[in-house]
Amino acid sequence: MSVAPLVRAVEEENLRADMPDIEPGDTVKVHVKVVEGNRERIQVFEGIVIRLRGDGVRRAFTVRRIAHNVGVERSFLVNSPRIDKIEIVRHNVVRRKNLYYMRGLRGKAARLKERRD
Amino acid sequence: MLSGLLGRKMGMTQVFGKNGAAIPVTVIEAGPCVVTQVKTAAKDGYEAVQLGFGKARRAKRPALGHLGHSLPLTERQRRKQQQERAKSRQQERERRAAEAQAEEDEGAEGAEETEEVEDAEDAEEAAEAEGEESAEATETQADEAETKTVAPAAKSAQSAQKPSPRRRRGTGKALGPFALLREVKLVGGDAPAVGDEFKVNLFTVGEHVDVIGTSKGKGFAGVMKRHGFGGGPRTHGQSDRARRPGSIGPGTTPGRVYKGTRMAGRMGHERVTVKALEVVQADPERNLLLVKGSVPGANGTIVMIRKGAAQLALAARSGATVSKRA
Repeated sequence: MSVAPLVRAVEEENLRADMPDIEPGDTVKVHVKVVEGNRERIQVFEGIVIRLRGDGVRRAFTVRRIAHNVGVERSFLVNSPRIDKIEIVRHNVVRRKNLYYMRGLRGKAARLKERRD
Repeated sequence: MLSGLLGRKMGMTQVFGKNGAAIPVTVIEAGPCVVTQVKTAAKDGYEAVQLGFGKARRAKRPALGHLGHSLPLTERQRRKQQQERAKSRQQERERRAAEAQAEEDEGAEGAEETEEVEDAEDAEEAAEAEGEESAEATETQADEAETKTVAPAAKSAQSAQKPSPRRRRGTGKALGPFALLREVKLVGGDAPAVGDEFKVNLFTVGEHVDVIGTSKGKGFAGVMKRHGFGGGPRTHGQSDRARRPGSIGPGTTPGRVYKGTRMAGRMGHERVTVKALEVVQADPERNLLLVKGSVPGANGTIVMIRKGAAQLALAARSGATVSKRA
């Protein structure tokens, strides 16, 4: 479906140019702005991108990590101003777009091979 | 001040708010709207302003006439004009004949004079014959006259300003033609004049507005979709009643189905008002208006944006004395 130029212009105003291109399977560090009371600090959430969806301003991804032996998934909007920055730690070899199978794996089985390219 | 504006729904997207929250918004290309008519309590019994929005590729004569355009005369008008002219010429001739008669009666013996009068009569008759020619012929003559005036560039500007006698002169400035004309109420302040233009700076960020549009047509829809009925049980041996309405009333008494019983039928394509949508952004330069939430209708359809009830009440209170005069 075609998007009206005016709608596209509005979307472009809300895009962030400073975000790296992340891909499914990447190990990333997401620096999130967290508000505690009346002061703001930055929290880092490190894990594997298991899902990447949407386009333009609606582009979103989900990061999965194991914290205290419990799987934790957190979703972010790529262009959200709540994200301070995204660091790509490494690209991994994956053959799927959505890595939901990672949810059933733990420990050694949940490792991904680093992509050499 | 106007209570609303016309616009076109462009689509939906999301923007980020101040604290970083994603806000779902509808993008509306609102205005510019031109005042095409001002209705007053004295003349029309109520106060309102008729706004024109969007461009129309074609417009019918009555619409153009309403918007103050100069129009070529219709066949009928032209014939009437010709008849009137012929009539006035006839009267003139009779008057002169009578004068000549009077002079003759006075006893002026000059044969020359009578001859002159006869000559004049002949000329007038010729003119009359010309006037009664077919409408087509006169039209071609007018066309020729137009092309002649257009040929020299200096004269063309003048001829553009002065409408040809074959065209009816419009009143004031020609507006539009517009895709849509619609009335909005006036709330306080001075009444605008015809030709005034209004833009989205009518609205401020954070203000609540109502948006009125025509919902998407759903065609002939069943009761589950149209009225939110639950449908029948889907399992336990049911075979033919998954989306049925069930009973539509009692039995022998009253022996009929009550009027207004909700049933299947045409759904959608009706006027729908969504109330109290927050204005997220208003940019008069781009005629851009962002409202939080969804708006009835498909993308590209015309919607009316009206100031919310709270704003209207406020404006009515502050400008009551002003708006009541007229």
